Amino acid sequence: MTSAQIEIQLIACIVAIACAIPGVFLVLRKMALISDAISHAILPGIVVGFFVTHDLSSPLLIIFAAFTGILTVFLVEFIQKTGLVKEDTAIGLIFPALFSIGVILIAQNANDVHLDIDAVLLGELAFAPFDRLELFGTDVGPKSLWVIGTILIITLSLLITFFKELKVSTFDAGLASALGFSPVVLHYGLMTVASVTTVGAFDAVGAILVVALTIAPAATAYLLTKDLKKMLFLSVGLGVFSAISGYWLAHGLDASIAGSIASMLGVVFLSVFLFAPSTGMISVMYKQQRQKIEVLLLTFLLHLKNHKEKKERHVNHLGEHINWQKSQAKSVLELALKNNMIVINDDIASLTEKGNVFTENAINYITDHSEEAIEEMKKDFFLFRG
Amino acid sequence: MTISEYIELLFNDYTLRTITLGTAILGAVCGMLGSFAVLRKQSLLGDAISHAALPGIAVAFLITGAKDSNTLLLGALISGLLGAFWIKSIITKTHLKSDTALGLILSLFFGVGMLLLTFIQKQPNANQAGLDKYLFGQAATLLEKDVWFMAIVTSVCLGVLLLFWKEFKLLLFDPDYTKTLGFNIKFLDTLITSFIVAAIILGLQTVGVVLMSAMLLAPAAAARQWTNSLAIMVALAATFGAFSGVIGTGISASYPNLSTGPVIVLVASVFVIVSFIFSPGRGLLFKEIRFRKNRNDLKLHKTLSFMYDIAKNHDDISHPHTVKILNNFQGYTKKSLHKLEKENLIVLIGSNWSLTEEGFFKAKNLYNQHIETND
Repeated sequence: MTSAQIEIQLIACIVAIACAIPGVFLVLRKMALISDAISHAILPGIVVGFFVTHDLSSPLLIIFAAFTGILTVFLVEFIQKTGLVKEDTAIGLIFPALFSIGVILIAQNANDVHLDIDAVLLGELAFAPFDRLELFGTDVGPKSLWVIGTILIITLSLLITFFKELKVSTFDAGLASALGFSPVVLHYGLMTVASVTTVGAFDAVGAILVVALTIAPAATAYLLTKDLKKMLFLSVGLGVFSAISGYWLAHGLDASIAGSIASMLGVVFLSVFLFAPSTGMISVMYKQQRQKIEVLLLTFLLHLKNHKEKKERHVNHLGEHINWQKSQAKSVLELALKNNMIVINDDIASLTEKGNVFTENAINYITDHSEEAIEEMKKDFFLFRG
Repeated sequence: MTISEYIELLFNDYTLRTITLGTAILGAVCGMLGSFAVLRKQSLLGDAISHAALPGIAVAFLITGAKDSNTLLLGALISGLLGAFWIKSIITKTHLKSDTALGLILSLFFGVGMLLLTFIQKQPNANQAGLDKYLFGQAATLLEKDVWFMAIVTSVCLGVLLLFWKEFKLLLFDPDYTKTLGFNIKFLDTLITSFIVAAIILGLQTVGVVLMSAMLLAPAAAARQWTNSLAIMVALAATFGAFSGVIGTGISASYPNLSTGPVIVLVASVFVIVSFIFSPGRGLLFKEIRFRKNRNDLKLHKTLSFMYDIAKNHDDISHPHTVKILNNFQGYTKKSLHKLEKENLIVLIGSNWSLTEEGFFKAKNLYNQHIETND
């Protein structure tokens, strides 16, 4: 690895961490899309700031853009408060308008501005190491590393200082204000951090991929845990993992680094979405399938219990009477046999002793929810666990 | 350039005519379908899907190697639909909320799209230039056949919308009831989502990925302010959308260095602002006026009831009192006294006032829900 490669990966990791932390709170507060809105809406702020400073990584530019970000949040909330449209519509109205103003400003001054919308929206991490920061005549590293590093340190110290307050206000805004933390201050504080992070990161990864780095690690972590601290650590870890693996993917394909990082985040999210132990698609579908069969089994056992006549208990009768399809009836019968609930003689099903007790307990459970009666059955069945 | 010159140019200039027609049709179809998106609280679906379409464009190009806009749009349509249904399954199958799902799909698909686009750019194939016009849109590249294509898609949308009007309306306002009536809501839901996706894909070439969501939202949000009827809202939104397209194209054609997409979006935003402020029923201006009027009425009532409290202790209700009595009561002004006199509730003589018969009766029953009739 050359030093430029190490620097790029370092910047990518720090951007990922700096984005993931506010991202967790945005996802938990159901405000994930505000990061999308901010990342687009800061464009006019960046353009105006650029007119003033003529330097894309000047701290003043960050202040301008962060101000625009907060203005966006304020405008969205203002429109929302009028009650004329819903919150999501308010977001969708504000940011394209601000973004359009930014695009027009750039186009109008195209001759004297070396600012490209592509650069703002998409970013280019590969060039980050070439923009060096010099202090007292010595080279101390890439400028964007310093910018995003400073932002990360501020974010981290704010997080540690106000962790308790953030936690309470995120999960119970009413309690937070009753305890005397101002939800408004915390809200705008979080928004400020989100805006500043977005601005600091857009230079490296572009406005849209900031959204990916903010939302995706937090959403993935949220599928895996429901503990706030674990979620924070997990999302930071996932962000760093995607940043580094994304860099090498881009290296291999000779493609955009930011794009590959987002793609890696996508791969990570997709695999968690499909395979997560309790919340993943596959386990959810498996559970739903199991529950369906168990309900059918219970129906079948109740049917057997209610009918003494042989005709009603004939195996083929299931299809006619309870309207089951062949494969469904077969899987229910097999499950019942496997659990020694029934015996089948000459295609006539009858309850065993165990099946009888089980059915009675189940009826008791359904009618008066007496948990104790089914402690034993819980081992065999999903149905009674939740 | 004057308006008449511009209109003359509109009829003679091929490019301008094509673009104007194209943006007008696009605005109309977006407004029409956007109404449904806004009412279904799927406003930001447009944003997510327009971003999600990008990898489809790149993959379509990678497979065919040609820049035929129809195949590229087909690719965009497929990946847009994929995004839309993935969003739906995230919301229904996990505990993640819709905002997270939208933001995830938006940014992840866009990231994959970027990866593929930059990968394509490095390929030894000179054909790839111009793929990124889908990012920001270039209305200037619209051809007559594109406009025809848009017109056909729009009429299909309109036809299906009219055919299933009743069902869509029902689904919009009460999905559970629709289900109990026996309609296949999954089918209807998929149908309307597919049309929204199709409208977004149509607009990509003209206004681009980033601004497409505003095309969908703004006309509908503006139209919503003027009416409570779905049919009128859809028609109004289509009109607003079409006018945004025409006016936006006009403005951007009249000045140098103005790209069409952002101007159209800003024109649509102006429609929204005007509607927010000036719509008679819900608008902020009339709301404020009504609010003030109510406050003034309340003050008048307070003054009147204060007068009543004084007058009821006298045998003659019309016994004059000086205005000074009212001084320790904050609710009155000269203006309000004159207004009360104008309504025949009091009589002012010099610096004295007295309640009229009518005023006394009204004050007596001011807070009485069951007003006794005087006769």
